[in-house]
This record gives sequence, structure tokens and C-alpha cells, in this order.
Amino acid sequence: MRLEARKLSFRYHRKQPWILNNCNLSVETGSRLALVAPSGYGKTTLALLLSGYLQPTEGEVILDGRPLPQKGICPVQLIYQHPEKAINPRWRLRQVLEDGGQMQEEIFPAFGIQREWLNRFPGELSAGELQRFCVARALLSGASFLICDEISTMLDVITQAQIWNKILEEAKNRSMGIIVITHNLALATKICDQIYDLSKQEYRDKSS
Amino acid sequence: MEAKKKTLLEIHNLSVAFWMYNGILTQDQLQVISDLQLTVYPGEIVAVAGSSGSGKSLLASAILGLLPGNAVVRGHLYYRGKELDSVQQTRLRGKEIAWIPQSLTYLDPLMKVGKQADGHRKPYPTQKRRALFQRLNLPKETENLYPFQLSGGMARRVLVSTAMLTDAQLVIADEPTPGMSLEQALEALKLFREMADQGRAVILITHDIDLALAFADKIAVFYAGTTVEIASASEFRMGPAALRHPYSKALWQALPQNGFQPIEGFQPYAGALPKGCLFAPRCSQATKECKEQKPAIRSVRGGEVRCFYAT
Repeated sequence: MRLEARKLSFRYHRKQPWILNNCNLSVETGSRLALVAPSGYGKTTLALLLSGYLQPTEGEVILDGRPLPQKGICPVQLIYQHPEKAINPRWRLRQVLEDGGQMQEEIFPAFGIQREWLNRFPGELSAGELQRFCVARALLSGASFLICDEISTMLDVITQAQIWNKILEEAKNRSMGIIVITHNLALATKICDQIYDLSKQEYRDKSS
Repeated sequence: MEAKKKTLLEIHNLSVAFWMYNGILTQDQLQVISDLQLTVYPGEIVAVAGSSGSGKSLLASAILGLLPGNAVVRGHLYYRGKELDSVQQTRLRGKEIAWIPQSLTYLDPLMKVGKQADGHRKPYPTQKRRALFQRLNLPKETENLYPFQLSGGMARRVLVSTAMLTDAQLVIADEPTPGMSLEQALEALKLFREMADQGRAVILITHDIDLALAFADKIAVFYAGTTVEIASASEFRMGPAALRHPYSKALWQALPQNGFQPIEGFQPYAGALPKGCLFAPRCSQATKECKEQKPAIRSVRGGEVRCFYAT
């Protein structure tokens, strides 16, 4: 399967400047692409477009030769930069997880999720702990593409390495495609096959 | 650093617990920070690194007196040698002690960011704020935007500028850099460095150890609600051999450029802390003693560490 952005452009209003202009990109399942650019270059906007949360002003998002499905759980799942904004503050975390699909308790140890946390409200956990729920929720839904928008900056490096190793393992098993948005070039080089620089709109050499 | 220098902030044996319902009528205390020690001198940037959920942000709230009503705080906080109680906290916060919150939800969604950075100060510090925005690489139009129109990195820089607009002597920056590009993060930290060089101080809570290393004077490593090691930044740069605590060493080894190798297991849950050393269940060198007794913090090679076997 292939996720493609064709001549994607976006702006909030016709009197406002383009946030994204004529962006072309494609990812295959089983491959991993890093998106890098300075802050404010539309990385998150691109992520929202690719996962169907925003409609492009021009151009289209193509999944497996067809536009993104409008019904059901989207096969392109986005994990947000700010977990506290991506979780319903009035739901207990059990509900949050069940929202992603059938709960599989065996994934808890891999993400370091404590059973006691399931009965808590999001305000009672730290940002790093919430992010683990967001990652678990996205994986439970059985998506074929995962977009990770700066998902690990609020995690300590050990948890970061643990979660990335788990995501990479799952991605390999299910042959998922992953788009990683990050400012950490060391991380991008370590986990991705390709690096795309959104500010120059070109693929970057991994070695440089 | 001379030993007699006056401290700006001293934290002694700080513990924070929360009352939580465990039934309809009964409550339990959940201890989330225990026996925490930290000293901040004027002119210093103290980086606080460590496990997520180890109480770093709670420490910031405890210093500022922003903990919710069900929190129980024990231990002592001193600001410039004077006890920092709730009356002092209310008087000082926002003026002497400024805070850069971790969550972007602290921005008022219905107010343009320029106006909200100015705050209630009269006259409005508009000139100073524009200069700061420019320095932080925020375009001129930013001041007329609402928070939802900003990218993550831009919103963070607005939050940083709100704290820099105060004349605070102590800034507590809770993860100020995620979402910023490297250049912007460097610029923000350069601002902190300049502040510190004027004799003010910064507590920098961060997961970005690389950045912290480049700017901080010392690094406090947190684990499960307590400080396990306080080391100078130069020791951290030297790598595991210069570090004292096995957890600090493990942090270093988990960095993407140093192997990306996580250690096994997870930080213990606050309700089920081990009896002995908090790190013992994950430590490869743990002995019987570690499992039964809590090590006290002690000085080793000019730093401080909470481990029986640190050398």
C-alpha cells in the first residue's frame, strides 16, 4: 500500500499566505520516512492533511490509489505532538484506550502502562504517561500508516528508546508505514530510511 | 563555585503526596515526590532531567504553590534564605519567580498572543515584547494571531517570551523547547544563559539532554520522585565513566547517538514503590542491601548521588 500526497497545498483563508504549497510525497507500507523542517513550515499541517483531519485547499491525499476513506477508523493514524490535547479530559483512560478498538492488555507492559492508570482522568497523569496511551490507542486501531508528530519530546530518553523500539517492532510485524516528524536529527537518522526536508521540499541525504 | 555563595533557592527533604479516594469514603495518600534535595545558586542554570512521571513538573508546581487542593507538601523550601510559604509564593510568583508551563493549553485561546504576553503590566511592555518576539524568530504578525493559529514551536516561544518579560530572579522553564528547531531552541537557551549571567537563575526541566548539556551548569537527575544524582554538565558530557548513578549512565546510553539502548523495565508506580533503593529493580548491580535499605544522598567526587556503590 502507498500513501501519497499529490500537489498538496493548504491555507486557512484565501487572504492568508500558503502554509503548504505544492507538496509531493509518498510512503510505502513497511518504510519509514522522517519529515524535518524548522518550526512553522507546516509539518503538523501536513500531518493533519495526510490523516484526514484537514481538507487540502488544492491537491489530494491518495491511499492505495483512492482518496482517504471518510467513514470508520482512518487507516492513517496520527499521534499528536501534545497528548493532553488529543485526549478527552472528561474520559477515564480506560475509555480513551477502548476508543482505539478492542483492548489488549498484553500491550501494557511494552508501553509501561500501569493498570491503576486506567481508572484515572487525563489530568492526573504526566504528559509522558499520556503519550504512551496515545501511541497504544493508535496501534490498537490496526492502522496501516502511523504519523508520529514529535511524539517523543515529552518522554525521557529511556522511555523514548523503549517506545520507539516497540513501534518499530510492531511496524515490522504488521508492515506499517511510518512518517516521523522530529527536530532531533539523531533520532531521524537512527530510525528512518529516508529524510524529507519540507523547507526545501526535497529528500535529504541521510549521511549529511 | 565558592561554597559560601548565597543560595537563591534551597529545597530540603521535599515530599509531595496526593489524597486519593480508594473507595467511596476512604482516602489514601499517594506519595509522588519523596526526600527531594536541590539547591540553586544565582547565576546558574540547573537542568532537571530524568524519567517522565518522576515529578519534575510537580516540583515546579510545588515551588510556585500551584498544587491542587488534595496535595500534601512536607519539607522546606527557602527562597533567598527565607522560608517560601504560601503567602510568599503568592507574592513572588509571576514577579520574582516566573514559570514557563509545559502545556500549551496555558495560553488563553480567546486572546491574541501579543496582548496576552503583555499581561496586566502597566504601561504595556510592548516594545520589549516585540524585541523579544523578534529575537525568538517569531514573525511580526504573530502578535495578532490566536493560539490555535500558531505551530507548536511558535506557541512555546510565546510562552518563553511571557516569562522573559518579567524581571524574575528565578525562571522555572518546564520543557520550553519541544517543537522548536535546533536554531530556535539554541536562541531560547541563549536567552536563559544571558539571564543567568546577570546573576539570575533558571531551573530548566527538559528531556533534551544534549541541549541541556550545552547550556546548563549542573544537571539534577530525577527518578521516581527523587534526585538520584546531581552532576556538573561537563561530567555528563564525558559519558558514563564520569557519572555516578547507574540510572544516569542508562540515560546516557539511551540517547540516539549513543546506542539507543534502553534498559529493561519501568519506573515504579508511585503507589507501589520498592522498599529499598528506588532503582534497585532495574539495576544490574543491585545487591541485597539495595533491595532493603534506601540509600541517603551523599557527596561523591564533588557531585551528589543516592547509591550505596557509587564511586
